[in-house]
Amino acid sequence: MVKLIIRRLLFLILVIWAASTITFFIPRLSAKNPVRERFAELARSGGFSPADMDKIIASYSTKFGLDKPLWQQYVDYMSSIARFDLGVSYNKYPKTVMGLIMDSLPWTITLLLVTTALSFVIGNLLGAVAAWPRAPQWVRSFATPFILFQGVPPILMGVLLLFFIAFKLKLAPLGGAYSTGGIPDWSSPAFIWDVIHHQILPALALLLGSVGGWVLTMRGMGVTIQGEDYVNFAEHKGLDGYTIFKDYYLRNALLPQATGLALALGTVVSSAIVIESQFGLPGLGRVLDSAIRSNDFLVIYGVVLFVTIAVATLMVLMEFVYPLLDPRIRNA
Amino acid sequence: MASITLTQPEIYRPSRLTLLLGYLRRNTGLAIGLFILLVLVVFTVYGLATADLSDAYPLSVKSKQPPSLEYPLGTDFFGRDLYVAMVVGLKQTATIGFLAGAIGTFIGVVLGFVSAYFGGWLDLGIKSICQILTPIPALLIQVIIAGSLDKRDVTIYTMAFVVVLLAWMGPTLVIRAQVLTMKERQFVSVAKLSGMGDLGIIFGEILPNLLPFIAAAFVNQVFIAVYASFFLAVLGLGPLREPLLGNTIWAAQTQSAFFNNWWWWPVFPAVALVLILGSLAFINMGLDELANPRIRRAE
Repeated sequence: MVKLIIRRLLFLILVIWAASTITFFIPRLSAKNPVRERFAELARSGGFSPADMDKIIASYSTKFGLDKPLWQQYVDYMSSIARFDLGVSYNKYPKTVMGLIMDSLPWTITLLLVTTALSFVIGNLLGAVAAWPRAPQWVRSFATPFILFQGVPPILMGVLLLFFIAFKLKLAPLGGAYSTGGIPDWSSPAFIWDVIHHQILPALALLLGSVGGWVLTMRGMGVTIQGEDYVNFAEHKGLDGYTIFKDYYLRNALLPQATGLALALGTVVSSAIVIESQFGLPGLGRVLDSAIRSNDFLVIYGVVLFVTIAVATLMVLMEFVYPLLDPRIRNA
Repeated sequence: MASITLTQPEIYRPSRLTLLLGYLRRNTGLAIGLFILLVLVVFTVYGLATADLSDAYPLSVKSKQPPSLEYPLGTDFFGRDLYVAMVVGLKQTATIGFLAGAIGTFIGVVLGFVSAYFGGWLDLGIKSICQILTPIPALLIQVIIAGSLDKRDVTIYTMAFVVVLLAWMGPTLVIRAQVLTMKERQFVSVAKLSGMGDLGIIFGEILPNLLPFIAAAFVNQVFIAVYASFFLAVLGLGPLREPLLGNTIWAAQTQSAFFNNWWWWPVFPAVALVLILGSLAFINMGLDELANPRIRRAE
């Protein structure tokens, strides 16, 4: 067990190292100079002469260490990541990238937690029931529309929901975190309800876009498990259908789905980021979106690196959860 | 002795077309997917042949027109005929999907074969690299790559290239796993004993048996490529001048299309993308069944 933990932790470190190395070298391979780009933009909007600009750029390059040899930049970069220091935003100077991320993180985490948990539970239950031969036909057919939706990514679901529910039926707002003119006050129930009201549609987009995948894989899993000897044995023992469904069938089918949850994390987070920028929610998505629009490079790299490391870490941590779910692994 | 003449009874041999149609009737997923794809191809080819393609670019028609007989899908804020933009966008999406899909599958097949067939250090290296890269969300790394490119340099082809950079691990692992089981089979041992070379075995014995898996990997790869290029475009990292479907949705969002009542602007490209991705998902499911008959029990 200890050996396994050490192996997984070493693997995690390798993944984080690979991710940070990729985010270090890719921008430097391109001909684009972030500092120059930023000041060129400022110069266009009026102000200083090109000669001054070169001086400013040189002094900034020294400040950010861009004049040092590449290997030293790499070492500095890696050690700053180890200290969770992702640099400062050009656009919202002197805000740090880490500060921007931390401000928006609670929004993103709440949205992700709620939708992922709901879609995992709903999807797996529907999928398990769909493959369960004793379930009534009308219950089993619940799964079909979700399987059809399965190819529709959440982002497109967002556009369609905005159109049908917010635009046509006017049942939900078209975007934003709360009504315009609303004053953020977390102690007033009216404000909290307003925020929830604005989160329903993006959450629904994420939910509908991801439930189908669970239904499909769970149904396939359920079909295989039904044929297993221990399920037959339980039936012949005369156990009631509910016990067989819950303890013999669902529990065994769920284990591979937990692996799937870890694997799906990357896609879910990526979708959530676009959904947030689509609906104008104050999360990581909007930070990334405004950084892309204003060429705020350190923020783009910082957000991506942060999310990448978080996802990789969660994926590896998920493996430590298996022993809790499966006594066969725990006692091995 | 009277000779007995046997009349050979007519054997009914269905034509290949009938067999194919019969198979498609059993494999509904594949049939639906291929049908939607065919409709999209016909739509695109018809549009490419009849429409004036320059209308897909800004300042060519009256702006902000709702769908009408003249402009079936309306026009946008920048004066693009959205029907023509859709036709060109579909063609460009197909280009990216096909290019990135083909390159990714090719790399996957080569690496998967090399890794599984020769084994040893090479296998360990390729497998480890794939496993380390898998937990890294490729879509986000692609955001960095696309964000580091000069916006003027981004074309349909660089998009395909960016997408393929981090999308070859999937097919590599799939093909590797298949070759690993395949190379232990008896027909491979027989070929080896009869003195066949490595290349002969790979191309003559293993590859033909892997074709359904390669086809499934290719369709999956096209799906990933279309999705990844859409993801980048909808974040504003696509080739901004081109009417790629994701770009159109992004542009509509920047101009707050729904707030301004221009609903047709983002909705039609979204429906088109749903159809493309849906048809690819259906085809993929169908091919899975073709490649892996065990799944057929599920029905």
